[in-house]
Amino acid sequence: MSAETQILVMSDRDVVAARQQGRALALEAGFSASEATLIATAISELARNIVSYAHQGTVTFKPLNGHGGAVGLTIVAADSGPGIRDVSQALRDGYSSSGGLGLGLPGVKRLMDEFEIASRLGSGTTVTVTKWRT
Amino acid sequence: MQVPILKQGDVLIATIQAALSDADLLELRSALVQQVVRFRSAGVIVDVTAMDVMDSFASRTLLEISHMIRLRGADTVIVGIQPEVAFAMVQLGLTLEDIPTALDLEEGLAYLQHRSRTIN
Repeated sequence: MSAETQILVMSDRDVVAARQQGRALALEAGFSASEATLIATAISELARNIVSYAHQGTVTFKPLNGHGGAVGLTIVAADSGPGIRDVSQALRDGYSSSGGLGLGLPGVKRLMDEFEIASRLGSGTTVTVTKWRT
Repeated sequence: MQVPILKQGDVLIATIQAALSDADLLELRSALVQQVVRFRSAGVIVDVTAMDVMDSFASRTLLEISHMIRLRGADTVIVGIQPEVAFAMVQLGLTLEDIPTALDLEEGLAYLQHRSRTIN
């Protein structure tokens, strides 16, 4: 399986590049077109959060080979931005601090199989999500 | 990536041809609103067949386009949402609320024609 790759995200163009790369890697790993679209959509949300809140950060792709032939893709969206004051609030549907639809993180969680978030005020946010091939 | 806007009678047709960045979407919004005013259009069709992803920003911008155009007394129809894109949108909780959608351009045009007949 190919090694991990990383994209620097600092503009809305990079958001498109990140989701396109994610889709390509997902298809390469054998995900269906439908699953690849779910993954690309999640990446789009995460990468936009980086640009909107932290101005820049990285999206890292890690192809996974689990036990018993399980194949997955982990995406890590990391920034050194302001961090999230109340993570549990940010994970609730309908909440947004930027006047958006407020569906960002809960939506991403629904799109993916695994979701993890680590955030510290003043030092940044890292969101790690994984999708397993069905 | 500019989105071409075609004028056909009193309908404007915007055909998205590749993945759009947020800036491209905002540009499409202002171009459509300007042209609806300029041509006194009665309807707008946005063809999203080629859109790779419909995330929260894209959905919100399409909603805004539809609402702005509604205030001009014209209707907007979104056509061509791909099945896998629709699946991802539902998971994300995006429904496009009250914007009418149609399978393709032909059905979108038929919808607008039907509506204008109903009004006149």
